[in-house]
Amino acid sequence: MARPAEGTLVSEFEWGEVDRAAGTSAPVSIFTHPTTPKSLQLFGRMLGVPASMNVIDIETLSLTFETGDGPVQALSNIDLKIAKGDFVSFIGPSGCGKTTLLRVIADLEQPTGGTISVNGTTPELARLDRAYGYVFQAPALYPWRTIARNVALPLEIMGLTRAQQEERIARNLALVNLTGFEKKYPWQLSGGMQQRASIARALAVEPDLLLMDEPFGALDEIVRDHLNEQLLQLWAKTKKTVVFVTHSIPEAVYLSTKIVVMSPRPGRIHDIVESDLPRGPRPLDIRETPEFLKLAQRVRDGLRAGHSYDD
Amino acid sequence: MKKPSFMRESVVPVLTVLAVLVALWYVAALFMNHSMVIAEAELKGLAFTPSEIWLRSWALDKPLLPAPHQVIAELWRSTAGLSVTSKRSLVYHGWVTLSATLLGFLLGTLLGILLAIGIVHQKVMDKSLMPWIIASQTVPILAVAPMLIVVLNAIGISGLLPKALISTYLSFFPVVVGMVKGLRSPEAIHLDLMRTYNADDFQVFTKLRWPASVPFLFASLKVGIAISLIGAIVGELPTGAVAGLGARLLSGSYYGQTIQIWAALFAAAFLAGLLVLVVGWSERLVMRLMGSRPERRTA
Repeated sequence: MARPAEGTLVSEFEWGEVDRAAGTSAPVSIFTHPTTPKSLQLFGRMLGVPASMNVIDIETLSLTFETGDGPVQALSNIDLKIAKGDFVSFIGPSGCGKTTLLRVIADLEQPTGGTISVNGTTPELARLDRAYGYVFQAPALYPWRTIARNVALPLEIMGLTRAQQEERIARNLALVNLTGFEKKYPWQLSGGMQQRASIARALAVEPDLLLMDEPFGALDEIVRDHLNEQLLQLWAKTKKTVVFVTHSIPEAVYLSTKIVVMSPRPGRIHDIVESDLPRGPRPLDIRETPEFLKLAQRVRDGLRAGHSYDD
Repeated sequence: MKKPSFMRESVVPVLTVLAVLVALWYVAALFMNHSMVIAEAELKGLAFTPSEIWLRSWALDKPLLPAPHQVIAELWRSTAGLSVTSKRSLVYHGWVTLSATLLGFLLGTLLGILLAIGIVHQKVMDKSLMPWIIASQTVPILAVAPMLIVVLNAIGISGLLPKALISTYLSFFPVVVGMVKGLRSPEAIHLDLMRTYNADDFQVFTKLRWPASVPFLFASLKVGIAISLIGAIVGELPTGAVAGLGARLLSGSYYGQTIQIWAALFAAAFLAGLLVLVVGWSERLVMRLMGSRPERRTA
């Protein structure tokens, strides 16, 4: 369907067919208003109504964990919008809630206040719709499955035919340069290759949104550089929205179009840095340019200012 | 690195321990039986030299403790020396016990797995059943077995099944405990992964919990098969000693046939060892099919 001309009124129904990145302001709809019952939201989603043009829309979100030592505020007053096609990094010291925020987006944690929409709907509906792929800190491959069968795991759950599975396995393993390793078991692969396999598994779901929780944190720097470069190429090729948690400044600046600097106790957003580096694949030596160093400096200053040194 | 030699690594230590045990056994047989030899000599008015006392202590018909070679000879005579259909053949009795063991083991394993699945998925079952399952194992099986057999006999169930049920009663327990642990063994990250895929409970079970529990299952099966055999033997004691290794133990003790008792004991021990070995082999086979890393042999 063709994109509507500038200024044309677009009905709710048609919005669903339109490229979701087209507009900037969201049409408010009875299907998608935060107070709308879930069933109606689901109905709206079936009609293809996006709630907002932002893939992720977070407003005054907070999360408090009840622990044995009393309540711990993990997230406080988070406001964040992530547009389609963005590569957004959450960076901050441990305890700043960056992983928790990612898990809230993935519906793996429940916020205790504020609103959040993912793909124009609630995180739960987005999860039930398999709208995102999640890459964990560890590869989390099942040791009794070969690499190909690990990539097939979500596809089996989705009920794809064997032929469809084979096609997606081959394509996504090729994307992460693991063709030829289909029949290997995870223990036969290096840590970097295992993490690439887990990325292929997340991509096999074919989500528009990729959530990555410090995926390269456990890898050595050379492997990490290499995977960062590959990830950027992959992102440019697939035009996905990526939310990436890291505690490495160079990694965040190198990869991102937008860097969310967070600080701990309570976990909150200290600064949001929009990157002016070119979008798309970036050469690794971009990290030596003044623009890059300026961005890194701003992120570092943000981290320093937000970090309380009382401990 | 030099490949470790199987002879030096395994055979030599095992044979050394065996030789020491056999030597101790001969000494013990001498101590336990020599008074019987001396009493016999006094009865017949004979005077034995010390070496004669030694040799006769190891060759009595009904010794307190038979010497190893007597037990081995009896084992040989009652296995290879007799037709397997003979009522005195240990192969025949062993088969009777083995069939009850295997049936009980199968039922116990199934029951254990089903209970574990229920306990892992239903909090109510966890809270209500687990204490009873543990309590069931504190009841002495020797007290329960005769009652169970009498009750089942009264309602017309006899033969293989009552014995198998005692094996079941013993063997379901390690399977429940092991499988509850095994089905709960997947890490949080693996469960989160299934959640991101919107997998239902059945898919989480078949694709994650079940394969993750396989090593735990085999550990339980090794214990389960050994106590299944014990259950079957205990189940044979109150049946009036008709058939089975338990019956051989019982009839041996009725008639003071210590050699027969020891032969039956060894047959039971051998059977238990064989069953545990078979479980171990199937474990290795299954784990290899599941792609697990081959274990490195370490000294």
